[in-house]
Amino acid sequence: MIVELGHFALVLALCAALAQTIVPSWGARIGDPELMAVGRSAALTQFALVAIAFAALVNAHLTSDFSVLNVAENSHSAVPTIYKISGVWGNHEGSMLLWVLILAVFGALVAVFGRSLPRTLRANALAVQGLISVAFLLFILLTSNPFERLAPAPFEGRDLNPILQDPGLAIHPPLLYLGYVGFSIVYSFAAAALIEGRIDAAWARFVRPFALVAWGFLTIGIAAGSFWAYYTLGWGGFWFWDPVENASLMPWLAGTAFIHSVAVMEKRDALKVWTIFLAILAFSFSLLGTFLVRSGVLTSVHAFASDPRRGVFILAILALFIFGSFALFAWRSPMLKQGGLFAPISREGALVLNNLLLTTACATVFFGTLYPLALEELTGEKITVGAPFFNMTCGVLLLAAAAVTPVGFSLAWKRGDLLGVVQRLAVAIVAGALVAIAGTAWLHGGPVLAPIAAGLAIFVILGALIEVFLRVWRPGLSAGVALGRAAGLPLSFWGAALAHIGVGVTLLGLAGVGFGAEAITTLHKGVPQAVGPYRVTLDSVGDRVGPNYTEVATTMTVRSGDRVVASIEPARRKFDAQPMTTTQAGMATLNFGQIYVSIADPSPDGAVPARLYWKPLVTLIWLGGCAMAFGGALSLADRRLRFGAARRSRAAMAAAAAE
Amino acid sequence: MRRPVLSHGERWESGQRETLSLRRESSRRRTVLLVLPLLFAIAAPALAVQPDEVMKDPALEARARSLSAELRCMVCQNQSIDDSDAPLARDIRLFIRERIAKGESNDAVRSYLVSRYGDFILLKPPFQLDTLLLWLSAPLTLVAGLAAVWLARRRQPGATEALTEEEEARLAALTKGDG
Repeated sequence: MIVELGHFALVLALCAALAQTIVPSWGARIGDPELMAVGRSAALTQFALVAIAFAALVNAHLTSDFSVLNVAENSHSAVPTIYKISGVWGNHEGSMLLWVLILAVFGALVAVFGRSLPRTLRANALAVQGLISVAFLLFILLTSNPFERLAPAPFEGRDLNPILQDPGLAIHPPLLYLGYVGFSIVYSFAAAALIEGRIDAAWARFVRPFALVAWGFLTIGIAAGSFWAYYTLGWGGFWFWDPVENASLMPWLAGTAFIHSVAVMEKRDALKVWTIFLAILAFSFSLLGTFLVRSGVLTSVHAFASDPRRGVFILAILALFIFGSFALFAWRSPMLKQGGLFAPISREGALVLNNLLLTTACATVFFGTLYPLALEELTGEKITVGAPFFNMTCGVLLLAAAAVTPVGFSLAWKRGDLLGVVQRLAVAIVAGALVAIAGTAWLHGGPVLAPIAAGLAIFVILGALIEVFLRVWRPGLSAGVALGRAAGLPLSFWGAALAHIGVGVTLLGLAGVGFGAEAITTLHKGVPQAVGPYRVTLDSVGDRVGPNYTEVATTMTVRSGDRVVASIEPARRKFDAQPMTTTQAGMATLNFGQIYVSIADPSPDGAVPARLYWKPLVTLIWLGGCAMAFGGALSLADRRLRFGAARRSRAAMAAAAAE
Repeated sequence: MRRPVLSHGERWESGQRETLSLRRESSRRRTVLLVLPLLFAIAAPALAVQPDEVMKDPALEARARSLSAELRCMVCQNQSIDDSDAPLARDIRLFIRERIAKGESNDAVRSYLVSRYGDFILLKPPFQLDTLLLWLSAPLTLVAGLAAVWLARRRQPGATEALTEEEEARLAALTKGDG
C-alpha cells in the first residue's frame, strides 16, 4: 500500500512540475504577479510529493519488501541497515529517484529563499527548473519505475552487490548528485536571464551561493569516490580516467570555471556572456554524465542499441536541454549589456586565462571520453583512450591552470602590475623552483611530471599564504592590530585562499605518487620485507567470520628501523550470498603517506603473496579536496552572499532614512 | 616454470591457474558498471602482478612494468594489464616478459601485440588519420578560446588602450596641480 502511495505521489509530482513550468512562465509573459507566484507553491508541492515517493521506496528497502522488484533485485534481509538504505540509490531506478529528489530540493530552496529576487526572474527560473523535473519524472515513470511489483514475491532478495557494501559508496552517490543536480539551478537562472535579456550583479549574487554549494558537494563527492577506489581496488590507484569518472570531472571543471567567472561578474559586472555560457555548460555536462552512466552506452555501443529505451529517452532530454539552451544563448546573448572593462593584465584577465585552461581541459576530457564511441559507431574501428592520453593533455592543462592561480589571486582588479606580483611572490617562486630541482635530482631519470607538480604545489600553497600575510601584516603593526585586520577580511577572501591552498595540497599529494615505492613478493611469517623507508612483517594468518561474509585475515607489523609504528590487517573477503571475493587492503597512515598492503589467497604452507606499497603524501590528495570544499563553504558564509542580505540592508537604509 | 602463453594457433590459452571465482569477479565487474550511479572505476579485488611473474633482472622487470602500464586489459573496463587481475591480462604480462627475456625491444613487443589485437590494446591511441581530431582537440579548443577572447575584446572599443606617455605626463601634472 505504501509502495502504491509512493508511485501515486510521483505521478502527482509530475502534475505539480507541469504546473510549475507552465503557469509562472505564462505569468511572466503577460505580467501577472499572481500567476507568477504559483511557481513558488508548485515547487514546494513538487518537493513534498517527490519526498513522499522517496520515503516510500526507502521504507520498502528498510522492511525488505521483496514484492517490490527493485527491492528484490537489490537487497537482502541479512544486509546491515545502512546498506539497506544505501541500496535505495545503488541501482538505476532508485538513483534516478534520488536525482529527481535533489532537483526538487533545489527548486524548493529557490522558492523559499528567492523572495528578494525580481519577480519575473524567479518565475522564469522556477519554470525552467520545473521543466527539468517534468523531463526526468517522465523518464522515471515511463522507463524506470522503482515501484514495480513482483508476483509472486520471492522469499529472499538477490543481495546488494558486495562492492556497494561499503561506507564510502553509501555516501558517494548522494554527494555527487547534490553537486551534479545543484548546477541545475545555475542553469535555470541562466536560461531565465536569457529569456529576460537582462543580467546584472544581483543575478550573480543570488546564483553564486547555489554554485558554491553544488561545486563543494561535487568536490567532496569526487574525492570520496576517488578514496573509495583507492582502498577497494587493492592496488592503491585513485584516478583511472574511466568514462564514469570523467563524467563527474567534466561538470567539476566547468563548475570551477563558473564560480570564478561569476565572482568577476558580481564584483566587476564583467564577463556576463561568458558566465552564462559556463552556467549552461556545467549543467550540460551534468546531463551528459547522467546519459553516459545511465544509458549503458559506455559498456558498449551495442548494449545501448539492444535496449535503447532508456538511452534514447535520456538522449532526447539531453538534446532538448543542451540544444535548447544554446539556441537561446545564441539568440539572446548579444542583447546582454557588457560592463566592467579591464586590461589584459589584471585579476579579470588572469581569471579569463584560467577559465580558458579549465574549459580546454574539460574539452579534452569530453573528446577523450566520447571519441572511441563515435569512432566505433562511424568506422567500426576500436581504439582505447586511456590514462596516458589524459595525463598528456588534460593533466598538463590543469598544471598550467594551477600555475596561474597564485598570480591571479595577487593581481589587482581592472589593471594589474605583473612585475609587482612577481616581486610579491618571489619567495614562493624560488621555493617552488628549488623543490622542483631537488625532486628531479632525487628521482634522477624517474618520472618528469612529479617533481614539476611538487614545485608547482609549493608555489600555489606559498602564493596563497603570502597573499594572506601581505593583506594582514604591514611593517610596524602590532600583533593585535594584525589580528584585527585578519578578522576584517571578508570570509570569501579566506574561502578563496583556503580553496587555493587545497589545490596546492592535492597537487602535492599527486606529486607524491612519483616518489613512492612498491614490492611484489610472497611474505613468509616473521621475515621482514622492506618497502620505502619501512619494513613490513607478516605475523599471522587466520579466518574470521563477519555478518554476511567470511574472510582470510592476516596481521602485519610495520617498523621504522626497530621501532613498531603501525600494525595492519589486510584480508580477502568472501560473501555468503554471492560467489564473489573482495580485497580489503591493509593501510597505515604515516606522516600523510600510507603503507598499503593487499594480499592474494595464502598458500597451504601459510605464505602470502602480496603487493606492498609506500605512498608518500597520498592522503593529501583527499585532504586537499576537503580544503577546497571547505573553502567553498567559507565563501558561502560570507555576509554579502547571505540570502536576503540585499533586502535587509535595503530595509536598514529605509529605516535610517526615516529617522 | 612458466608455461608457454601463446599457443601457435590463433588464441591465447586461458589462465588455468586462476580460480573460478576470479573469473566470475571480472564478469561481475562489467555488470557493476551498469548498475552503479556515477561510480568510480571498477573494483579489481585481487592481485594484479603476482610474485611468481616478476623477472629476476630488475632492469628488465622495470621495462616489462612500464610496457604493461601502456597496454589495455581487453576484457576489463579501462584497466591496464598491469592493474588487472583478469586471466587474459596475466597471460599478456607473461608473454611480454618472455619476449623481453629473449632480448626483444619494448617497441617490437608492442607492435607485435598491436598486429594481433589492433590499436584497441594501446591505452594511448596512436597519432594517425582517424585520431587526428582527438589529438588536436586540446590545441584547437585553446586556439578557438583565445580567438573568441580576442574578438570579444575588439568589439569593446577603447577598452584596452593604455594611456600614452604624453597623456600620463599630463595626468601627473594635473593631479599634482590638484594636490
